[in-house]
Amino acid sequence: MRYHTPATFEDASAIAVAASGVTRFLAGGTDVLVQMRADIVTPDDLIDIKHIPGVKDIVQEDDMCWSIGAAVAGAELTAHEGLCADWPGVIEGMGLVGSTQVQGRATLIGNLCNGSPAADSVPALAAAGAEVSVVGPKGTRQVKVADIPAGPGRTTLAKGEVISGIYLPPRGKGGGDAYLRFIPRTEMDIAVVGCAVNLRVEGDKITEACVVLGAVAPTIVVVEDAAKALIGSTLDAKALDALAAAASAACRPINDKRGTIAFRTDVAGVLARRAAKIAYDRARGAK
Amino acid sequence: MPLDSKTTGFKYIGTRPDRPDGIDKVTGKARYGADAYASGMLHGVMVRSPHAHAKIKKIDASKALALKGVKAVVTRADFPTGLEGEDWNIQENCMAGEVALYDGHAVAAVAATSLLLAREAAKLIEVEYEVLPHVTDVDEAMKPGAPAIRAGAADYSVPEGLHPNVMRYIEYGHGDLDAGFAAADLVMENTYKTEAAHQGYIEPHACLAQLGSDGKGEMWVCTQGHWFIRRMSAAVLGIDVANLRVTPSEIGGGFGGKTTVFVEPVALALSRKAGKPVKMVMTRSEVLRATGPTSSSSIDVKMGMKKDGTMTAAKVTMRMQGGAFPMAPIDSALDCAFSCYNIPAVHHEGYDVLANRPKQAAYRAPGSPMAAFATESLVDEMCRALKLDPLKTRLKNASREGTKASFGPTFPRIGLVETLEAALAHPHYAAPLGPNQGRGVASGYWMNWGGETSVSAALGEDGSVTVSVGTPDIGGSRASMALMAAEALGIPYENVRVNVVDTGSLGVNEPTHGSRATYATGLATIEAVKQISTKLCQRAADKWGIPAEAVIWEDGCAKPSGPNAGEFPPLAIGELAAEMGGTGGPISGHFEATPSGHGGSFGTHIVDVEVDPETGYTSVLRYTVVQDAGKAIHPAYVEGQFQGGAAQGIGWALNEEYIYGADGRLQNTVFLDYRIPVASDLPMIDTVIVEVPNPGHPYGVRGVGETGITPPLPAVANAVHAAAGVRLRSLPMSPPRILAAIKAKG
Repeated sequence: MRYHTPATFEDASAIAVAASGVTRFLAGGTDVLVQMRADIVTPDDLIDIKHIPGVKDIVQEDDMCWSIGAAVAGAELTAHEGLCADWPGVIEGMGLVGSTQVQGRATLIGNLCNGSPAADSVPALAAAGAEVSVVGPKGTRQVKVADIPAGPGRTTLAKGEVISGIYLPPRGKGGGDAYLRFIPRTEMDIAVVGCAVNLRVEGDKITEACVVLGAVAPTIVVVEDAAKALIGSTLDAKALDALAAAASAACRPINDKRGTIAFRTDVAGVLARRAAKIAYDRARGAK
Repeated sequence: MPLDSKTTGFKYIGTRPDRPDGIDKVTGKARYGADAYASGMLHGVMVRSPHAHAKIKKIDASKALALKGVKAVVTRADFPTGLEGEDWNIQENCMAGEVALYDGHAVAAVAATSLLLAREAAKLIEVEYEVLPHVTDVDEAMKPGAPAIRAGAADYSVPEGLHPNVMRYIEYGHGDLDAGFAAADLVMENTYKTEAAHQGYIEPHACLAQLGSDGKGEMWVCTQGHWFIRRMSAAVLGIDVANLRVTPSEIGGGFGGKTTVFVEPVALALSRKAGKPVKMVMTRSEVLRATGPTSSSSIDVKMGMKKDGTMTAAKVTMRMQGGAFPMAPIDSALDCAFSCYNIPAVHHEGYDVLANRPKQAAYRAPGSPMAAFATESLVDEMCRALKLDPLKTRLKNASREGTKASFGPTFPRIGLVETLEAALAHPHYAAPLGPNQGRGVASGYWMNWGGETSVSAALGEDGSVTVSVGTPDIGGSRASMALMAAEALGIPYENVRVNVVDTGSLGVNEPTHGSRATYATGLATIEAVKQISTKLCQRAADKWGIPAEAVIWEDGCAKPSGPNAGEFPPLAIGELAAEMGGTGGPISGHFEATPSGHGGSFGTHIVDVEVDPETGYTSVLRYTVVQDAGKAIHPAYVEGQFQGGAAQGIGWALNEEYIYGADGRLQNTVFLDYRIPVASDLPMIDTVIVEVPNPGHPYGVRGVGETGITPPLPAVANAVHAAAGVRLRSLPMSPPRILAAIKAKG
């Protein structure tokens, strides 16, 4: 196994392009190292991106967009007042990953690139409209977070492509987001169902909404009908019923050791209702 | 045995001094199984079957052996043949012979100069299998057409016509069952199922083994009982026990699962072949796949009750699979099933069944939690039907001194009534509940154990005392032994050091199992140190020129027994010890026996849960354990045992389970998916120590380690029923199952 510490993302990409065997990018390592120890993956080339300048930075740009480096750990995000104020749903999703110890290492981009349909930070990132910058052999491109997952353990990134940073849009006025997941325990577990809701209100009326489910299909699911159920409503009982029905209808889950199809389908609707209420309260509290 | 009993007026017993092993453990200095090193040491890695049931057609290790640094490969061919009974079972479990019997069954092992190399070499060992049909569920394993795992191996007890997977059959009872049911106002019968659960000890099995071509060996190992390790390893390898010296490490949990061997004989075999010490450390996945979880069970219970709650008759049929080997704990499960109650007619039936799963091992009160889940759930269902208070109903029928136990003997002084009365009087039982919340109660029993015990105590030159015991300290026994020695000698707790010593230093000791250490090792410790005080009285008598009978031992000093004995100032232990070399030589005490005066312990638990009606999620809001300790030597440790039993029981009740795929492979081989409760899942577990002294121990001790896991399974099920209006008769009561039950109810 070769261990690399490139100084730029372009170098990181070049190493990956040149590699002929199994390649892994290493940030926090909370998935990669576990997989290596469990014999799930044995990389020929391990490319550590933590030595690249800027990867630990959280910066609010002039347009109020948030730029988050590829190696920023969960604990740094949950301790960041500005991010927590703007995107509480995104941050609470990331904060649910692993344990306190894991939070000291785990990153948003690692959670995204691991490709798990149950990744806790991804639904809220997608609901927020977050984008990532992807550095590859053909240059740099901007991609929506929602377009990265391709299936369990798979992403749409091409060979040699590496994510260099993540961008959360300006929060603006009247916005609120929330993420809830279901696990049978209180922590140290993987989502059986996850649901993120991001919305905007004018007065009591919802003007924008995005609902994203996790762990109920091979990738996260952006539920357009659920968003439609919310937009134009004041989160009344009828809107909540329609939201829950749309969320459940969008599920394409499996039976496995973590939950059943029926359970995941039911609980997706339950979590959508609950997350929408939290996001709605946050949006109105923020106005 | 005649013993001077003392149950009140203690100076040290009942206090809570710091634990002697605490600093080493919290600073990382304590040495556990994997912390043993030897020069030239190799690392051993097991090759395990990926199939639930498969004939081993060929094993080719040539590619592995060709790697530089690979020093030995062993298969079953490296072990002796001709073993019988449980020895054969243990050998077969440590290394498969002709057939791999479960997913994870060891089929070969390799030793190499590094762990990475050994892991690489293990992947290069080629095993050719012929996959056979498998069965993992106990009820399925008894059905016609189920694959026979070891045809013809059933013992004499099994009636004709049963499936060859039924290894043993038990039936017993007393009283007129038909008359009992006829006398009842309500007869109810239900079937309950429990899934296998793992002990979940933090420390995986680990050992460092050395065995020479001369047949002499040594082993350092994480275990609850090193004489068991010695006997089993010697049997599996065909060597004399005296040639194997076994030293236990500190132990990161056992709960019964470390009373047998898995990697130990294999490490010895690798060492013998390679001519070097070999260390083997299991991974968590190996622990879950291939050590001994509990049996899973399927249980029919029928009970009769009068309108006033009087129990009239009870019948239980217990089916348990203990993996691909006999000895599922049907015996103790049946013995505990109705042990809490004085019922005129009881009948027990048990089936010990094979399935393609790992060989079960002991887990905290083996069998009793499953039995309690069935019987204590049914008692709750009947109390609901008759609108009776569940604690008062239990009290009405409770076993007490003189009751003919459901399993035969007459109970001596026991403390069930006292635990029930304490639970009834506890503020928890009357506390208000909110919406979607419910309260459950249940009682449970474990008979405890005495067992072979050998203890030595030696006096130091300064009057301090070293106690050598053979029972590894899994639950605070060193502190408890030191307290009992301090009490018996009248010297400070800090002046006693207790060591767990190797198999070469004492006579045979059974493991720390059966909640026996504080009882049996404690009794032996008291007797051993009393020999020291007797000898010290003799030295003082010699010095004073009076008969030894005229000297008494009190508060750490020899004193004349009264004015007639003469006027002499007391001689403290330190003074006598300082001059012992010149007054007759070293002073020590030794006691060994198989004490049988262990007293059973009963417990009653109260639990409040809240069930989310939309997700089926259960949160445990409040939990109270009431249990009879006989006498709590170190109350903080006793409380810890109560809390630990409750925590493990809650996990077993709610989320822990062995999940097998259609291919017979275990699906959840890591703690992420084998869902033990994490700290934030549990409330602070309140404890009430009831003390009804055990007449069989000098200070009244009963074992406390196991009873605590017996009531939680039904107590939680009863609370879930109260909270959500649904009765879960299969474990675990995971959210999907509870939600499905709520939806089915409508």
